Amino acid sequence: METTTAEHIIWQEADLIRNEFPILKQTVNGRPLVYLDNGATTQKPVSVIRSMQEYYTTYNSNVHRGVHTLSQQATAAYEAARHQVAAFIGAHHHEVVFTKGTTDAINLVANGFRKDILKEGDEVIISAMEHHSNIVPWQLACEEKNAKVKVVPINEKGELDMDKFRSMLNSRVKIVAITWVSNTMGTVNPVKEIISLAHEQGIPVLLDAAQAAAHIPIRVHELDVDFLALSGHKLFGPTGIGILYGKESWLDKLPPYQGGGDMIKHVTFEKTTYNEPPLKFEAGTPAICEAIGLGAAVAWASKLGIHRINAYEHQLTEYAINALRGIPGLRFIGEAKHRSGAISFLVGDTHPSDVGVLLDQQGIAVRTGHHCTQPLCDLFGIPGTVRASLAVYNNTEDIDRLVEGVQKAVTLLG
Amino acid sequence: MTIKEQQDRIIEDFEVFGDWMEKYEYIIQLGKDLPLIDPKYKTDDNLIRGCQSKVWLHAELIGGKLVFTADSDAVITKGLVGLVIQVLSGQTPKDIAEAEIYFIDAIGLTSHLSPTRSNGLLSMLKQIKLYAIGYQAKSLQN
Repeated sequence: METTTAEHIIWQEADLIRNEFPILKQTVNGRPLVYLDNGATTQKPVSVIRSMQEYYTTYNSNVHRGVHTLSQQATAAYEAARHQVAAFIGAHHHEVVFTKGTTDAINLVANGFRKDILKEGDEVIISAMEHHSNIVPWQLACEEKNAKVKVVPINEKGELDMDKFRSMLNSRVKIVAITWVSNTMGTVNPVKEIISLAHEQGIPVLLDAAQAAAHIPIRVHELDVDFLALSGHKLFGPTGIGILYGKESWLDKLPPYQGGGDMIKHVTFEKTTYNEPPLKFEAGTPAICEAIGLGAAVAWASKLGIHRINAYEHQLTEYAINALRGIPGLRFIGEAKHRSGAISFLVGDTHPSDVGVLLDQQGIAVRTGHHCTQPLCDLFGIPGTVRASLAVYNNTEDIDRLVEGVQKAVTLLG
Repeated sequence: MTIKEQQDRIIEDFEVFGDWMEKYEYIIQLGKDLPLIDPKYKTDDNLIRGCQSKVWLHAELIGGKLVFTADSDAVITKGLVGLVIQVLSGQTPKDIAEAEIYFIDAIGLTSHLSPTRSNGLLSMLKQIKLYAIGYQAKSLQN
């Protein structure tokens, strides 16, 4: 499995990468921590932690307001972070709106569509593997406008039915909102094909990239995607910050989401004019420190190279799947050809929550439950899954500990 | 046995376990041994939803004592439910309503009561208290 190709992260380097994450050097319940819950949130490298500490220690100040030095420093760092994130996803900086996270970004778009675009009888296409945060905002929008949420089905491997998707595209569809990577099954969807098919009919596409950002290189202009949402905390950055990428034409067109400071050009009691995007969508004092932390996080990931992270994780995922497959009675939920990050499974008739509790006793952090994809679990007729989700700082030892831990759990539950 | 005596007995039982595996083996066994709830009571009305696992709880007042039967789809949750039932079932509504539950903490299983576990155990304890308070109020009216 070891490789010396420059394109790949070699094992010595993997150890150095792991060393940059202080939290991983601890024991939990008496055993060295194995952190395999990266789909829920990733850990933070020391450079991110330092950037945030430096902000509060040396130049904490409000942005876009003061003439004083600290305010200018804070504004410069906040806007530099926007440039860093823009470069990370191949966008212009004025197309990057800071949000609270992916959920907030999707709500921003769904709210705009509800207000100005959706009409009775219109349709919004999502898929059967969406996270609740890419289901409920569209349901809320559609309920109010008597529009319909249409769901692209999946096959038993957890892959989108693309023939069905093609047949669902028509003039009533106002947007396709789909996840790039399934948080439950790790399926990587054919987003290029989805975008080009939708665009053939003049339909915009929103990608939920929450589970893609730390694993797959993102080039929004090459993809020609209309909207893309991601969360900082799933990308080695802090919580409370994420972004919405929107094509300039769309950000101009969408109405403001919230009103307040920073998003205005001029306010009178009769009429307010709004700031240009992206500030039009950033009402109130933003999460300045978190944005700076996110900037440091994408700088960290860029330096390593997401394509190299991707190649490393691909090998690690294969190693994990092969190792887990050796556990008697284990079945995978989701066996897509193209996958990334998450590996979901069940063993025999054990309940995922029981397995999760017993793994925790052995210092192994996984997620159990429905992973905010209840409709997907209903589809498979299961209460949830045990999900191990990988990041670049995981290694084969983590996987070996997981396999050993699951075996022990299953024996105890026997 | 009073609720306090039941709790102290469980705490004493747990003192013999050398490591987490023995402790969980015992809980899992309890889960497997818990008398089955009558299927007619395994209804949506009796369902206490946790995010992770489900708990069904049925309460009946028999001779002035509240008797609980329960089930869960997860065996560790079921074992924990079994412990709660050992402590509280067959006691009077007044005693249950006034009881302080300390044994879960004392046997090192506090994390199972954390809301993030969402295993239904915390909601089940609340529901048992609500039944007790409800029956107590009812008996005062009569």
